[in-house]
Order: sequence, then C-alpha cells, then structure tokens
Amino acid sequence: MSILGNRVLRREDPKFLTVGGTYVADLELPGSVHVTFVRSNMAHAKIVSVDSSRAKAMPGVIDVFSNDDLGLANFPTIMEMTNAAMTPPMLASGTVRFVGEPIVVIVAETREAAADAAELVVIDYEPLPVVIDPVEARKDEILLFPEAGTNVAFTLDFGGDDTLFDACEVVVELTLANQRVAPCPLEGRSAAAHMTADGRLEFSSATQAPHGVRDALVSFLGLEPEQVHVVTPDVGGGFGAKASVYQEDIVVGWCALRLGRPVRWTETRSESMVGLGHGRAQVQHARIGGTRDGIVQAYRLDVLQDSGAYPGFGAVLPFMTRTMTSGPYKIARAECASVSVVTNSTTTTAYRGAGRPEATAAIERMMDVFAREIEMDPAELRRRNLISKDEFPYTTPVETVYDVGDYHRALDLALEVADYEQLRTEQSRRRLSGDVRQLGIGLSCYVEITNGLPDGEFGAVEIRPDGKVIVRTGTSPHGQGHVTAWSMLVAEQLGIAIEDIEVIYGDTDVVPRGAGTMGSRSLQIGGAAVNQAALDVIEKAKDLAADLFEADRGDVVLDKASASFHVVGSPAVSHSWAELAAAALAKDGGPLFAEVDLASPGPTFPFGTHVSVVEVDTETGKVTVLRHIAVDDAGRIVNPLLAEGQVHGGIAQGVAQALLEEVVYDLDGNPLTSTLADYSFISAAELPSYETRFTETPTPVNALGAKGIGESGTIGSTPAVHNAVCDALAHLGVRHVDMPTTPMRVWSAIEEAAARTNAKGQG
Amino acid sequence: MIPASFDYVRAATVEEAIDLLVQHGDDAKLLAGGHSLLPLMKMRLAQPALLVDIAPLRALSYVRDEHDHVAVGALTRHHDLANSPVAISGASVLAHVAGQIGDPQVRHRGTIGGSIAHGDPASDLPAVLLALGATMVAQGPTGRREISAADFFVSFFEVALAPDEVLVEVRVPKSSPGQWGFEKLTKRAQDWAIVGAVAVRSSSGVGVGLINMGPVPLRASGVEAAIASGKDAKEAAELASEGTEPSADFNGSLEYRQHVARVLVRRALEKVGV
Ligand SMILES: Cc1cc2nc3c(=O)[nH]c(=O)nc-3n(C[C@H](O)[C@H](O)[C@H](O)COP(=O)(O)OP(=O)(O)OC[C@H]3O[C@@H](n4cnc5c(N)ncnc54)[C@H](O)[C@@H]3O)c2cc1C
Repeated sequence: MSILGNRVLRREDPKFLTVGGTYVADLELPGSVHVTFVRSNMAHAKIVSVDSSRAKAMPGVIDVFSNDDLGLANFPTIMEMTNAAMTPPMLASGTVRFVGEPIVVIVAETREAAADAAELVVIDYEPLPVVIDPVEARKDEILLFPEAGTNVAFTLDFGGDDTLFDACEVVVELTLANQRVAPCPLEGRSAAAHMTADGRLEFSSATQAPHGVRDALVSFLGLEPEQVHVVTPDVGGGFGAKASVYQEDIVVGWCALRLGRPVRWTETRSESMVGLGHGRAQVQHARIGGTRDGIVQAYRLDVLQDSGAYPGFGAVLPFMTRTMTSGPYKIARAECASVSVVTNSTTTTAYRGAGRPEATAAIERMMDVFAREIEMDPAELRRRNLISKDEFPYTTPVETVYDVGDYHRALDLALEVADYEQLRTEQSRRRLSGDVRQLGIGLSCYVEITNGLPDGEFGAVEIRPDGKVIVRTGTSPHGQGHVTAWSMLVAEQLGIAIEDIEVIYGDTDVVPRGAGTMGSRSLQIGGAAVNQAALDVIEKAKDLAADLFEADRGDVVLDKASASFHVVGSPAVSHSWAELAAAALAKDGGPLFAEVDLASPGPTFPFGTHVSVVEVDTETGKVTVLRHIAVDDAGRIVNPLLAEGQVHGGIAQGVAQALLEEVVYDLDGNPLTSTLADYSFISAAELPSYETRFTETPTPVNALGAKGIGESGTIGSTPAVHNAVCDALAHLGVRHVDMPTTPMRVWSAIEEAAARTNAKGQG
Repeated sequence: MIPASFDYVRAATVEEAIDLLVQHGDDAKLLAGGHSLLPLMKMRLAQPALLVDIAPLRALSYVRDEHDHVAVGALTRHHDLANSPVAISGASVLAHVAGQIGDPQVRHRGTIGGSIAHGDPASDLPAVLLALGATMVAQGPTGRREISAADFFVSFFEVALAPDEVLVEVRVPKSSPGQWGFEKLTKRAQDWAIVGAVAVRSSSGVGVGLINMGPVPLRASGVEAAIASGKDAKEAAELASEGTEPSADFNGSLEYRQHVARVLVRRALEKVGV
C-alpha cells in the first residue's frame, strides 16, 4: 500500500508543540554584539549631515558606521531588467527615499544599548517633495532619481492592437486597485554572523534561500564561496519577502568581518513593517468585451506597478501578471502591458502569489462586471468561457502554455458544495425583504503558474550503514512540511519507514546547491529531485546486491514490504539496506548514495474555483465572511494534510487582502500602518471554517504528477471574497468597491450609489 | 519597540505605591496589566523613569455584591470581570463588555483600573461606566475619595486622578440582565472600536454612552432626553451624533463615525426595548 496520498502527521510538529523552534534570535552566540539600524523618518530628503558622535560615545556602543565606512557596491538591478540608475546603496547616502531606509548602523554590546544610541544619532535632512501614489509618480514630475530622468523602472510592452474590441457587442472597463500589503511573517528578518576559527564567515539567516544569501555575501564582501557558510535555523514564515537578500544582511556580515566578533540583528515588528518588502501594489486598468450571450472575446490589462523606492523583485512581477493575463478562459484576444514606477515607499517584492494573484483579481473582477452588464449569472458566464479539459496543452494569447486541467469540474464541484442555487434563493429573499444584512456570493475561477522560474534543484539520498536514510534537499522549508513530504517520497521508493529517514536542508556546507523555497516550486522540483535520487540509489543498491547474490542484475528486486533485496523467485535469501550500505563501504570505501541535480521540467498550472459567501451590514458597511468553499487542483496530492494547511493559510491571507489589509501612507509618505494594531493582520476570529476539496488532475510535466499548492489559496480566495462583497451590493446600484472592502469604504459606496439613484430619480 | 531604560519596583501595598508616587512625582508610573502602558513605552512615546508595579496587589482584584451596587477592585482583570457570577447577575453589561475587549491575551492581563485610568476614549469600559452612572474610588496620601464617572474623564488621555492617587475601586449601580444593549463596530475582533454605543435601562431612565466619538468617552444626553420625552429608538438615535467631534482616520471619517454612532445607538436602544 502506498504511503503517498495519506494524511501523515507532520514530523516537524512535536518539536514546535513542545519545546518550540530555534530561530536565529534564539541561537547562542557567546560574546555577540548587536546591530541596530538608524532609519530614515523622512520619505524623501537630502541628507545634509549625520552626527553620530554622541551615539559613539555612549557606554556599550562599539562602533557606528555609515555607507562611506562600508565601501560596498550598490545592490545590483533585478536580473538586469530594471533601470540601472536606480540601485540602492547598502546604507542611504546622499538621499533617503522612503521612511524606514537604513542610514546608519550601530553596533553595541546589547540590543537595548544600540536602541538607546540610535536615538542620539542626529540626522539633518533637507526635505524633498514626496510622491507616494504611483499614478502621480508616472507623471515624472517628482523624480526619485533625477539622474535617471524618469520614475519608470521597468516596462513590458508588446504593442497593442487597436482593433482588439472591434468585434465585441459589449465592452466594459474598470480601474482596480490591487493594494499594497505587508507580508507579516511571524518572525521578522534576523541574521547572526561570526568568523570561525578557520577564518570562515558563518552566517545564520531567517531566509527562504540560504544559497542565495551565501552567493550575495560572497559577491558583496569579496569572499570565496568556500569562505562562507550559511545556515537557516527554524524560519518563522517568509511568504516570498524572505526570498531575497536585504542590505541589512550584507551589513551584518560586513560588521562580523570588520569587528571579528559575533554580530546579531533581529528586527522589531515596527522595523519589519517598513523594512521587509511589501507585496502587490498595482493599479490596474482592465477592459473586457464579448457577445451579449456571454462569449468573452477580448481582454486587455494595463498594469501600473508600484516598485517602492528601489526597484526590487516587485518591479518585475508584472511579468508574472502578464503570463496569467487571461486566466482559465478561452479568450481569443488578450493583451497585457505594464509600467513599474518608483515611489517614496518601502520597496515591493514577492508576496504569496507574486504577480499571479494580481492577474486573477483583475480578470475575475472583470468577469463579474461583464456578467452584470449582460445580466447573466456569473457562474454561467464562467462556465461558457472556461477552457475545456480536452483543449490541453493550451496556448493563451500571451503565449503561456497551460499543461493540463479540468476547470469545469472544479467549478461544478465548488457550486455543488456551496449549494449555489439555494444561496441565490436566499440572496433574493433578502433583497426583496430589504434586509439590513445582505448576502453576497462571489466566485473565482483561477489558474496560476508554479515553478515558473527556470532553476533546477538538488536532492540526495544516502543509506547509512545502520539502514537509516539521510536525505538532503536544496529547498528551504519554513513551515511547509518538507521533512514530512520528502520522507514520504523516499519511504515510498525505498520501503524504509519514515521514522528512519532524516531530511537535511538549510546548510550550505551539507547541501552544496539549492534554489530554495518560493513560487510554490518545492514539491514539483525539489521533491522530484529527492524522488529521483531515491530511484537512483535503488539502482546502485541493485548493482551491489547482484554482486553479493552472484546473480544477474536484472533479476534483483527490491521488496518494499521488508525493505530488502532478493533474487526474483527466492525471497528467502535477502539483503537489507544496511547490508548493502556496508557492501558499498567495503567495495569503494564510500556510502551508498545518489545525488541529483534535476533540471526544471518547466512550470505547471494549478487551478480551481473558490466560492465565498459574505454578509454585508448595509448600515455600517461591515462585511462578515459566512462561508468559504475552496476547490483546488494541484495535480497529485502527496499529503492532503500538508496541502490543506497550505490552502488554509493561503485563504486567510487572501481574505485579508479582500477585506482588511492595506499598507497606508499619508501624503508626506509617513507609514500609518507600521504596527499590527494599525495594520489589519487577519485572525481566526474573522474567518469561518473553510470547506476545502481537492480534485486531482496529475500533470504530465513531472514524475510526481504534482503541481504547486503554496499560493493557490491566496490566489483563489481574494477575488472570490471581493466579488462576493460587490455582489451583495449590486442591487443597490454599486458597481465596484476597491479592496480592502473595509466598513467605511463599503458604506461610502452604498451612499454614493444611493445619491446617484436619487439624482437620477429627480433628473 | 525597545523601551528606554527604567527602574522597577513591585509595590507590596497600595500605601507603598502611593508613597512611591509621592516621592517620584511625574517620573513614576503605575503599572497594572501593562497592555496600554507597555506599548507606549516600547514605541518610546512614554519614558517613565520608574515603574511601580501594582499588578501583584491581588487584594484589589474582586467583584463584590454591595446591596445596591457592584464593587469591582481596580486590579480586576477583564477576563475575571467577564466571568464573575456577581458581575453577570448584578452588572451584566459590564461583564459582557469586559468579555469583548481585545483578545484573550489582553483580557487576561488588562485591568478595569488601567482601562479607566488610561483615559483612552476608544476604550470600551469608560463609556459603559458613564452610562451606568458609576463611581470611581481613588486613594491618595490623605485617604480615599469618590469621583463620579461623569467627572472622571477630563480630556484626551487625561482623567481626574491626581498624580499621587491610585484608583482602587469602581462602584456600579446594579442593573438587570437583559436591560442593556452594547454595539461595537470593529474591523477585527481584537480591534478597538471604530465607534461603540451602549444603552442601559435603570429605574431612573435610559443611559446612553458613546465610545470613540470625541476626546473623552461621551454620554449621549440628547438621546437620553429624547427617550425620556417619549421618542422611539429611531428618532432618539438621530440625536446620537449631536455635539460629537470624533477624530478622522483611515478607519473612519468624521461623517462616517457620526453615521455609525446613530446606527449603533438605535440598535442598542432597540435591545432595551425603546
Ligand atoms: C491588542 C490590544 C487590544 C486591545 N483592545 C481593546 C479593546 O477592544 N477595548 C478596550 O477597551 N481596550 C482594549 N485594549 C486595552 C486594554 O483593555 C488594556 O488592558 C487597558 O487599556 C489598560 O489596562 P492595563 O491594566 O493593561 O493598564 P496599564 O497598561 O498597566 O496602565 C495604563 C495606564 O493606567 C495607569 N494605571 C493603571 N492602573 C491604575 C490604577 N489602579 N490607578 C491609577 N492609574 C492606573 C497606568 O499608570 C498607565 O498610565 C487593548 C489592548 C491591546 C494590547
């Protein structure tokens, strides 16, 4: 019987539930000193002078450095795609461009002394005009980098067809805000660095990509790869924002080299809210057209991406938005163009979904608006336009090739679980009775891309002489449960119990290569690499067994039930894994092992349908989510428990974007949401129990048949909830409410619609 | 998020706490549950040189039936108040509201005394105490004195306690279960109210309190008078925003808050059968 597909409990959890995890801040580093960054409290200003003398003189302060002291190069552009005139220095020099930008680094004996000293650094600023709104930034009136002559950091433009909508009977358009949100991992950024006795830099990092951190330290600090050792202790979430390296990381490494003492840094929540990259931040203009009987024929999406102060990963994410322009629909003509601009705000980066939720949010909202325009049920409109299961592989108008799917099945199942007809009946009842609490039903059919970047992944399997297994992986789990899932994959192949399998990750000395964990890539590329290594080790074991049995290699079989090899037909005489490991040692003096660098077989396209049922208090504007139905298809599911965990967390973050979360700045660029009291991080109290289902349509792209599941929940849920809120208000004359649909925003939309109706009535 | 350095003393008695306040004047701050004070200190918005911890004074944690009123010790935690049988039967609105504050962690640390002494107009209990016509008991170097809720909340984050006084007890006239309505609009369960309203019916009429509608918790006297003159809930609630000056922020404009106040007051009044 296969272990795959079973709800195997997480092997990671007993530790977390008993003694707890060990995070960077928990590491014991005798003699360590603490780093604190003095950050800009101006959104845009010239730095006239920095006086650190009083801070330096404080008891407990070891040293204070600014960018000139570091002598390090600026951060490079992202994949050499963004405007080369817009790279950030390690610490601000000359000009600050957002509140929270690090200017000075203080090293002190204690964290508290460093914080006290930070208050004594006197920075004299000459304020510059501030631009926060990307629409304003696009006008190039206030420039962040005058030498660049523009605020534009990156563009995607494949031209446009003026006749795109000519054949359409009905065309509707809308400007949509896909607001800036904060990823808010429970653990903020954290790093600790020290020089070992043999002169190497050992660097502990709360990261999603330890090898990326190593490579960055090597290149910025001018070290050889062998001189840097990066480890990740437990990491408390990342959501994409910890996939990239930050200036602070490099500065921590530099301080350790410079001072020869262990150095540590753990940001506070308030710092994290302005220093860790933000997500989303697009202003979208969408146009959709089709026939009166519900065939969508054309769609165009124009994206204005807010990159924040220095173009980072966020600036190029419209690339992913464009990839998923037309969603799960068969739209004959679709276009997407984007412009990314810099603004005086925190740099944007990847955040759970990274470019794809933005695409889904746009097309799904537009499907609803179009359905309303032609007075068709939004579920019916979707059904008529979904790509059919026999049309795969399917090439979209923007040249994305979807691997495989059964989109109609997911839609039908979601509607069935929701009891859609009954919900619509209840909605009509409330509308007719003029209930204060109106019901909204929202749908979102999504398809997304996982493992979308070209990196391959490393995996290795080693059989120890005691019969136990060491698995090494280049992925870098921080909550996903790779230890459990990779153990299951290896157990399935080798017949060895998962308790006897150890999974090692997050240590660049032990795992030579790795791209890390992001973009829902891990199972389909990292898991697949480990799976392949297990298969390879079986082949090596068969060679050894054939020698021992003096039999033909082709006659040797692995009996998974007993975890031993025998010659076909004579199971009485067998050799265990331990015996073969010993044989390997005897034969070539090395362990029985296999390692694999699996090249990426290409992306896969998970899909599904979410249905959200909300209640809107029309007097206060407050929205309550009553039900959330999620049907997700991530191909073959290795462990439903882990997959559900991903879906659950994803839905929470997705609902949060639809209803609550938004990073807000005032006009001077001061962040108004830099604590979790002001930033509406969602909690369980705001969420219903989810109704989740999986359909399984295995992908032919990889050996496991698996697609990514890490971001689907976020991608699918946001538009469903957003559509539900707008649906609840539709009969009141409200066409659209931007996210987050906070009480005041919903109430204002109702008021405005009522005013319009009244004006019409009188006119 | 790291407070400035401070000295810390655990007071063994109320008298010792008062002595320390007298000695150190403005440099000293009482620490109860710490759920308002510590966040301010962590953001360095408050930098007291000395913290006088009164949380260990468990003798000031009680809910007692005192014939015509319920007496609540100032160090009673929100969770204990919410679950006190005496409060549930004699001041059920107070117990209910205490059970709605923040989240479980907040309710297990925060105290009624801290909630009131802090003087935050967005806090829930002050408006309830106003509507109930409660009395606060303060103790200073010269003994105890009583302050009516109506006189207690002076201005934004300022209350009628002298710098050397400790709030020791809150006295609440008894009210009947079911004779009150409480409405609180929040974005998240754990949030402070964008706006809140409470209505309590007693032998002397209906008291109405407003949360976060101005620099201090308010009593909606216009609404109360309208009810006394026989207006129904809808008509009376229209007066709820009269004279209010709520602050405007991204959770609510002045206009929105005033509208919500009218809605919530009407709903609260309907619950007390107006
Ligand atoms: C996340 C969060 C959510 C919250 N949500 C809500 C909410 O929804 N509604 C709500 O009403 N409140 C809320 N609060 C505040 C909470 O109720 C606090 O407990 C309360 O405001 C302060 O009580 P405390 O005992 O913690 O006081 P402390 O923080 O210890 O003290 C507050 C102030 O009162 C003074 N003080 C304390 N006790 C006395 C005393 N006996 N005599 C004189 N002065 C005293 C202190 O010196 C200090 O100035 C929330 C707090 C948090 C952290």
